Amino acid sequence: MACNGSGGGCQSGCYKDEETTCGQPTASSETDSKSSSNLCLKCKLNDVVSGYGGIDDGRFCADCFRSNLFGKFRLAVTSNAMISPTDRVLVAFSGGPSSRVALQFVHDMQERAHKNFEASRDRSLPVFGVGVVFIDESVVFPIPSHEMEEAVEAISLIVSSLAPPRKEFHFVPIETVYSSDSSDGKERLLELMNVVSDPTGREDMLLSLRMLALQKVASEFGYNRIVLGSCISRIAAHVISATVKGQGYSLPADIQYVDARWEIPVVLPLRDCFIQEINMFCRLDSLKTVKLSTGPSSSINSLVSSFVALLQEENPSRESTIVRTAGKLIPFQFNRIPEIIDGNVPLATRRRQKRYNLKSNESVSSESFCPLCNSPLDKSEIVDWSNLKNCRSSDTFYTSCCSSCQFQILPPDSTSMEKFYMDLPHSVVARSNQVNNGKLNALRYVFPFLVKEQIQDCLLSDGEDET
Amino acid sequence: MEGKRNVRICCLCNERRASLKRPKTLQQICTECFYLAFENEIHQIILSNRLFSRGDRVAIGASGGKDSTVLAYVLSKLNRVHDYGLHLFLLSVDEGITGYRDDSLETVHRNQIQYGLPLKIVSYKDLYGWTMDEIVKLIGLKNNCTFCGVFRRQALDRGAAFLKVDKLVTGHNADDIAETILLNILRGDIARLSRCSSIVTGEDGPIPRCKPFKYTYEKEIVMYAYFKKLDYFSTECIYSPNAYRGFAREFIKDLERIRPRAILDIIKSGENFRISTTTKMHEQGTCERCGYISSQWVLIDDQSSSGDGGGSTRCCSSAWWMFTVTVPEALRSISHVCSGGGQNQEKNKEKGGSLHGCIHGKEDEEMKVVFIDKGKRFSAVQSH
Repeated sequence: MACNGSGGGCQSGCYKDEETTCGQPTASSETDSKSSSNLCLKCKLNDVVSGYGGIDDGRFCADCFRSNLFGKFRLAVTSNAMISPTDRVLVAFSGGPSSRVALQFVHDMQERAHKNFEASRDRSLPVFGVGVVFIDESVVFPIPSHEMEEAVEAISLIVSSLAPPRKEFHFVPIETVYSSDSSDGKERLLELMNVVSDPTGREDMLLSLRMLALQKVASEFGYNRIVLGSCISRIAAHVISATVKGQGYSLPADIQYVDARWEIPVVLPLRDCFIQEINMFCRLDSLKTVKLSTGPSSSINSLVSSFVALLQEENPSRESTIVRTAGKLIPFQFNRIPEIIDGNVPLATRRRQKRYNLKSNESVSSESFCPLCNSPLDKSEIVDWSNLKNCRSSDTFYTSCCSSCQFQILPPDSTSMEKFYMDLPHSVVARSNQVNNGKLNALRYVFPFLVKEQIQDCLLSDGEDET
Repeated sequence: MEGKRNVRICCLCNERRASLKRPKTLQQICTECFYLAFENEIHQIILSNRLFSRGDRVAIGASGGKDSTVLAYVLSKLNRVHDYGLHLFLLSVDEGITGYRDDSLETVHRNQIQYGLPLKIVSYKDLYGWTMDEIVKLIGLKNNCTFCGVFRRQALDRGAAFLKVDKLVTGHNADDIAETILLNILRGDIARLSRCSSIVTGEDGPIPRCKPFKYTYEKEIVMYAYFKKLDYFSTECIYSPNAYRGFAREFIKDLERIRPRAILDIIKSGENFRISTTTKMHEQGTCERCGYISSQWVLIDDQSSSGDGGGSTRCCSSAWWMFTVTVPEALRSISHVCSGGGQNQEKNKEKGGSLHGCIHGKEDEEMKVVFIDKGKRFSAVQSH
């Protein structure tokens, strides 16, 4: 009695199929000889290329692969109203392959829009503007100066070659988050980071600061969208690491196409692309990328990344399964582009946005955010402010942070906490104060008597006396 | 964790010498304080979740392994010390695995005497008419864990019904639950993801199950058993431990090494996931034949006609096994069974009319579809 007959042995059969396609990437340089008989599934003209991972690996030729990948990008952009003709878009470019491809695609899209603009008679539809930003984090993770110089040179060359239309390039050191409060930003940043002892906490702290810097640049130079190159592989790893850090409540906020909890909405148009596809695209089109040397990391983030990469190797749809699972968690109200009310925006644009936007009944509204990482707080993390009236502001700050930040970033003792608080960029402190004031407003919904107190002098008689 | 290197006094009582580092908190403490902290934590979990009420009859799922042994010990101790007023029973399942279950049941028999708890053993042989040894002989080593898990779930229910208990407690620990949460994310099982982190499950079923060790680290359970010199059985099942699970297990251990609290954080995430109500959930309901809860259905076509409809009965697959066939016979004599699943049915037809039924997996196991056809071939594929 066979255990794996021809019909029944489907599981092992399928797995073997995957394995063989999986095996190809390693031998991708020799695919030419091997796949001479394999025609592209789409155009049925050219030979397939393989080695780009995911479920489509080895199905398309180079051209069809390119247009397929760009198609994923464009679908994400149009169906989430990420970029409108009047927008000014800031692409966050780290030099790595994902943000390189994001930059390329945004450029391609802009180029097309530009051509259409030139060709159209009335020139009514403007072309969206594009800028590029590189955040220099060498203060926190030191890099040999010549390496940074070379990187910056390479990056500005990449940006300048993507014209016309011309793109403004912003080279921004991470300590710029202090630029408005003091001149000793570098020192304060270092002091701040030194208080954080947990390696994962340091990485996540830097991530928050990076977003702060991006927001600052975008806001200063009048951009209204920030494009990140986060791909599905990156997002899958984030799903797992956020779960591991106990951030199950706020997790859905980070993994949607749109994240508008910030002053300038952040969009992830490569959310459906695998890192292998992105690498393949860079290889095919010889897109230059820059990799800065980084030391070994012993953080949860890197442990999770290698775990997910390993799973992906074993099953080429694993990462998309992870993201799909997390996609079934309810997103937040800010996970969509805010409706345009501005009458100057063409009606077509507004209509398109309305059509594609998330239905609001499918999302959760959240009023409280962690002042440090800006993740929405769950009920248990929202504290009772009436007990905190006489606390030091650093302690109040500590209590208003999410439990994950409290554990991995904030120092446990009060004195170091005070120091940490002093070294925080002004914008973070301001955010926390705003949160606390917001909390008072929220209280009014719960306790109408607080409202009543405010209008007491205008009331003619006390309601209870009347009866 | 830091300092006190030269002194090493328990940081809880500040009296006795510290003899262990508590895995959960990395505090250096003495064994007495460890016992107290360990037991107290479980006591608090029982209280805060209102797991039991006075007078409850409670069956402890006892395999003879470390988790269930410690659970039986701690629960009977807490019941005595805090006067819960529970009637405790040991309930074991004999799957009929020579060289594994027979040995571990010896341990349970000893526990019965040591803790003075009445013991009930339900066996596959009595319930279903076959043993796992016989099944493995027929289907080989592949997927037999899922198979076995499905039947153990129901065997436990039947044993619990026999003992007329109000609750069934199992020794699932925090590591197990964290692992299940991760696995459900990895394989996209949103329905199970929403259920697997609850401390009490099956409240709508015949007997609710609860996991008092939900927040208890495996390492601490092992440590407790070690210092208390509890009598338990530690061999793994001879029929292949699940490789995929092992993978996630290793990852959890790596995480625990970097950050002990990660296990609790995963459980916290699992509890805080907000799952859209519009997401299609597996249908759960009561089997028309055996009355047990089931999430997967088998349509039994009594007229042996093709396709669905006709005089078919909807029932859970376990009942299908039990009422329609006994497994060895099934392989020889069953003429036609088809499942309610449309897609699978299509696939099934392509394969030339082979028989096929869905079985519902044990809560933490992967869902499988069992294929059986006239050609006496038996295999399984993953579904959904």
